[in-house]
Amino acid sequence: MLVTRGFKGRRREGDADRLRLPPGQFLTPEFPVLTTGPTQHTRLDRWSLALQHGGSLLGKWSWEQFEALPQTEITCDIHCVTKWSKFDTRWRGVTIDNLLRAAGLAVAPTGFLMAHCDGGYTTNLLVADLIEARAMIATHFEDLPLLPSHGGPARLLVPHLYFWKSAKWVRRLAFREENTPGFWESHGYHLRGDPWREQRYEGDR
Amino acid sequence: MIDAATAAAQWRVATVTAIRAETASVKTISFDVPGWPGHLGGQHVDLRLTAEDGYVAQRSYSIASGAGTSPQIELTIDAVPDGEVSGFLHEELRVGDQIEIRGPIGGYFAWSAEYDYGLLLIAGGSGIVPLMSMLRSRDAAGATQPARLLYSSRGIDQIIYRAELDRLAAQTTQFTLTHTLTRNAPSGWTGERGRIGRVMLTRRQFTPVGNPDVYVCGPTAFVETIAEHLVAMGHRASNVRTERFGPTGAIRT
Ligand SMILES: Cc1cc2nc3c(=O)[nH]c(=O)nc-3n(C[C@H](O)[C@H](O)[C@H](O)COP(=O)(O)OP(=O)(O)OC[C@H]3O[C@@H](n4cnc5c(N)ncnc54)[C@H](O)[C@@H]3O)c2cc1C
Repeated sequence: MLVTRGFKGRRREGDADRLRLPPGQFLTPEFPVLTTGPTQHTRLDRWSLALQHGGSLLGKWSWEQFEALPQTEITCDIHCVTKWSKFDTRWRGVTIDNLLRAAGLAVAPTGFLMAHCDGGYTTNLLVADLIEARAMIATHFEDLPLLPSHGGPARLLVPHLYFWKSAKWVRRLAFREENTPGFWESHGYHLRGDPWREQRYEGDR
Repeated sequence: MIDAATAAAQWRVATVTAIRAETASVKTISFDVPGWPGHLGGQHVDLRLTAEDGYVAQRSYSIASGAGTSPQIELTIDAVPDGEVSGFLHEELRVGDQIEIRGPIGGYFAWSAEYDYGLLLIAGGSGIVPLMSMLRSRDAAGATQPARLLYSSRGIDQIIYRAELDRLAAQTTQFTLTHTLTRNAPSGWTGERGRIGRVMLTRRQFTPVGNPDVYVCGPTAFVETIAEHLVAMGHRASNVRTERFGPTGAIRT
């Protein structure tokens, strides 16, 4: 650890807050927008969500069908790799567990998953990071339909990983055997992205 | 031999070698970073400050200097009001001080002379920094495809790198520079006035002809608006690369 001469720090969060912040993160009251390119706008009547395993389709839902699936609300802290964290964000949507159930699967496929999104964005995840109420397809933020700039109509929400894993405008979830890198993961970011281990970049352990 | 990713993720101790003022609120800081792995135009570093009691603050800053492997890199920092890190860098940091840096980070908002397909660059305020790195890289590499920069500042005194941009525009035939001033333009001002919109983008030929690579950088709201205009004008969304610098004007929910 190198002490920076003259640096005292200004935004010291209280002790409770600091314990809730992963290393290198700071707390923001705002909800910044970060994407690689322009916001995607998908009409709800053209929207669908597909679940795949290998080459086969496990399930596919239109917007209406998706909205009819069991809804779950979660309140969580979110952590962006660009260093901001936001506490107590409230989301509503369909957990991956419920999505698997709706597709008639009693147990989740093992291995990995690639999330595919409008605009071509992809991100890879461990199935274990998605099940047991750890992740959902979110359609509402603080009781309001998710804005396109924040990933609406539907985004993945995996709050215990850096927020780039919570892919905006998600349309297809594909289970697979291998852990191949998605978009950011092939541009120098970490394959898993656990904020508590500060797995920001490819070379981080 | 360690691979590039491991090298980029490693924290290095950088020494401040020079500090110069760009505008009243913007400074460029030069660092000597032994072992620097080299970077492309548009990439950034993470900077880590540690207080005596172990309190740590980290922030990202774009690399301003052109691509290459020189261990001398430059960052250009805008002092945001009340900013914890930018405030420290402006008020406290001196030549000879040491700071932890890691990078380069970001392989996407980056430009390499190997991809010389024409460049459209749009900057708001300190969003010019990574684009300046691209322009410096382009100049050094002798790129031949046309490049255009549309740069939005509040007033003439807020323009960063003004003299160097003028020099590049005068010396490089294939580089077209346009400034727009959003608050007050002096009399005799020949550039654009007001915020960047579709009409201005069209007038300045920021059109999709030839499928150029487009890079947009600045405050979040600025980037958001301009990216939407570009797509509406027919640019392929995959050609429009964006970097949002901060919560300024973020959509509050
Ligand atoms: C990839 C990337 C590259 C960046 N490159 C540069 C760069 O080259 N030059 C540069 O000057 N900055 C750059 N930034 C912004 C930089 O990381 C910091 O956010 C900025 O310096 C403010 O940090 P701070 O600690 O001074 O302010 P904080 O203490 O974090 O914030 C203080 C106040 O300022 C507001 N604020 C925070 N960030 C900004 C901002 N960017 N603009 C306006 N208000 C803000 C906050 O909402 C808060 O109210 C970059 C950001 C990213 C994500």
